[in-house]
Amino acid sequence: MDTIAKPQYDNGVVKYLTVGAITFLVLGTFMGTFAAAQLAWPALNFDIAEITFARLRVMHTNTVIFAFGGMTLMATAFYTVQRTNGVKLWSNAMAWWTAILFTIGLLLVVVTISLGMTTGKEYHEQEWPLAIAIAVVWTMYTFNFVMTIASRNKETHPNVYVSNWFFLGMMIAITYLYVVNGLAIPVSLFRSYSMFAGVQDAMIQWWWGHNAVGFFLTAGFLAIMYYFVPKQAQRPIYSYRLSVIHFWALMFGYVWLGAHHLQYTALPDWTGSLGAVISLAMIIPSWGGALNGMLTLSGAWDRLRTDYILRFLIISLAFYAMSTFEGPVMASKTVNALSHYTDWTVGHVHSGALGWVAMVSIGALYHMVMKLWNTEMYSMKLINFHFWLATIGTVFYIVAMWVSGIMQGLMWRAYDEYGTLAYTFAESVAAMHPYYAMRALGGLLFFSGAAVMLYNVVMTIRMANAKQTQQAEAHA
Amino acid sequence: MADNQEPKNLQDGLERNIFALFLATAFAVSIAGIVEIVPLFYLKSAVDYTEQTDKYGNVKNEKFPELVWERTFTTDENGKLVADKALYRLDKNGKAVAGDWKPGDGVRPYTPLELAGRDIYLREGCYICHSQMIRPFRDERERYGHYSLATESMYDHPMQWGSKRTGPDMARVGGKYSNEWHVMHLMRPQDVVPESVMPAYPWLAENSIEKDFFGTKRDMKKRLSVMRTLGVPYTDEEIENADAAIKGHTEMDAIVAYLQVLGTMVKLDDSKTYRE
Repeated sequence: MDTIAKPQYDNGVVKYLTVGAITFLVLGTFMGTFAAAQLAWPALNFDIAEITFARLRVMHTNTVIFAFGGMTLMATAFYTVQRTNGVKLWSNAMAWWTAILFTIGLLLVVVTISLGMTTGKEYHEQEWPLAIAIAVVWTMYTFNFVMTIASRNKETHPNVYVSNWFFLGMMIAITYLYVVNGLAIPVSLFRSYSMFAGVQDAMIQWWWGHNAVGFFLTAGFLAIMYYFVPKQAQRPIYSYRLSVIHFWALMFGYVWLGAHHLQYTALPDWTGSLGAVISLAMIIPSWGGALNGMLTLSGAWDRLRTDYILRFLIISLAFYAMSTFEGPVMASKTVNALSHYTDWTVGHVHSGALGWVAMVSIGALYHMVMKLWNTEMYSMKLINFHFWLATIGTVFYIVAMWVSGIMQGLMWRAYDEYGTLAYTFAESVAAMHPYYAMRALGGLLFFSGAAVMLYNVVMTIRMANAKQTQQAEAHA
Repeated sequence: MADNQEPKNLQDGLERNIFALFLATAFAVSIAGIVEIVPLFYLKSAVDYTEQTDKYGNVKNEKFPELVWERTFTTDENGKLVADKALYRLDKNGKAVAGDWKPGDGVRPYTPLELAGRDIYLREGCYICHSQMIRPFRDERERYGHYSLATESMYDHPMQWGSKRTGPDMARVGGKYSNEWHVMHLMRPQDVVPESVMPAYPWLAENSIEKDFFGTKRDMKKRLSVMRTLGVPYTDEEIENADAAIKGHTEMDAIVAYLQVLGTMVKLDDSKTYRE
């Protein structure tokens, strides 16, 4: 028992992915902030094709969702799967290949999008050679993960821990949806035409699009929550039964929601309504999951005062609860009629992406840095500073988008006393200026927080390495 | 190990066998797609779907025949695919001119120049800020026109309905402004619409549409034939002449040609209900 109690884990690849994720977070939030500034001050497009708003916006989404999000998911999955199953990775070499190829692939995605190579499918812009490469790397990641679990000692670890279920669900759904949505015929090395057209293409795109949110950005990060919240709080998860319900409801339910992106379009009405109804039902498991995480802290709430990393994890759950409430509201037909096509959607995405995904990741990444390098952080104060930059930045962002989104929606449908449209479209654009500036400020705050994190982590690693060399010299 | 007995229930069993958990999860996530997506390929009654009747691209819309441009495809004595009406023709100087289709005749495939323009529309990411999907509301009707129908994007691989209106909807922009207006607007949007936050696209006027990335040839023949494989009906001659049809044009010409055809294909009847 004592020899297998603390097996040596494969930490190298996790270290690489951790630093990579933080670097991409800085890069991606910078792009986002710059794109936000372009909408407030269009002169910032500089007439340079490679950084015009539409291309930069897609570079931003790919960097934050797939590069930062993807590397965080890989780092945390490789980290937790070893610890929850008490084994090393099934193949450390394969994990390294996965990590390196994923980095190169995502860098190429960003460069090619900047050059204008795109499928024209939102959230699936990667052209076919890169899409195939990413699908292969993703399959390697999944395979390695499943085989690691399969290689556990069934005597000591009979049941697979809940965080692994969520990772598994994320991997399966993402592979399946990404491949189907990506079906296309190439016309050159840089361009392909989607197999689907019109209504079917719209439904398939949003079936993927919403589940990039539902699985990549939710299930995957819930896996992170189910491991790191109990670890950081040093208490077991509040309810096992709730996690079972949370898991199966999410796996079954989330996939239906894509249709709510297409209310009042040429998509048959029943499909959109079905999507809206199930969206509403999804509040229950989502809130159950958020409560499961938060109540893990019951009896230890005072730790929030002292543990800054725990703050990130807990506020992320608050944002998760908020945006999983906001989502179904926006999916309902009456609200959707107003909110669709407006900045409200952008605000909603960011309350999830900044408030939930980024915050829970940041908490987990800090936790892993301390464990992997076996050290305290260079500066705990800077973590607290980061926390406030990120929180205030997120709040600025989403408040600006709520106001501008609802205002846009109302201006577009406003009539004057003669029964004609009260505003031209251009007037609604002009009215957005202050909110676009405010959003850029929110983004700047969030980006600054990410930069502080990178600095803090780099200093921590240098400190840890210096200490190690000292110790090694002392031994010699 | 006392608790390592038979699984207590289904959940416990799945938790002990990762491969069973894998299969159960895969099953759970695939139901929605089967229910929501598969019927869209078959349900004809629900919307204004136009039916494709054969592999040549003969189409039929029983409910609303005016929605789609019908032409009859056959094979000639050399085994070439021909049609009774032409989408476009080359004149004696080899320049592309209009064929037998007139605006309002119904939805038709894009001409090579329009398709190339559509590729530019995608490359610049126009869909990030402009939708092409008008909803059935009074204000949208007055601002943009009749609500969009499914048939109108049946040849759009991929669709460009969009999700955000940072700028106005494009679904029926065709014919609303002159070609000159579009050129001026794309060159410097703020010169025409001072409030605009749209970037300028001056390079469109300089780049030849015949060239693609890194100076490679924009192979329109290939593009049209891939479209045909995907079910967009072109005759062999139309594919054969596709490269000639974009000769001498700039990217600007192409994107303006695309913008000007948007929403002009169908003449919709306000007294008819196209969608329940």
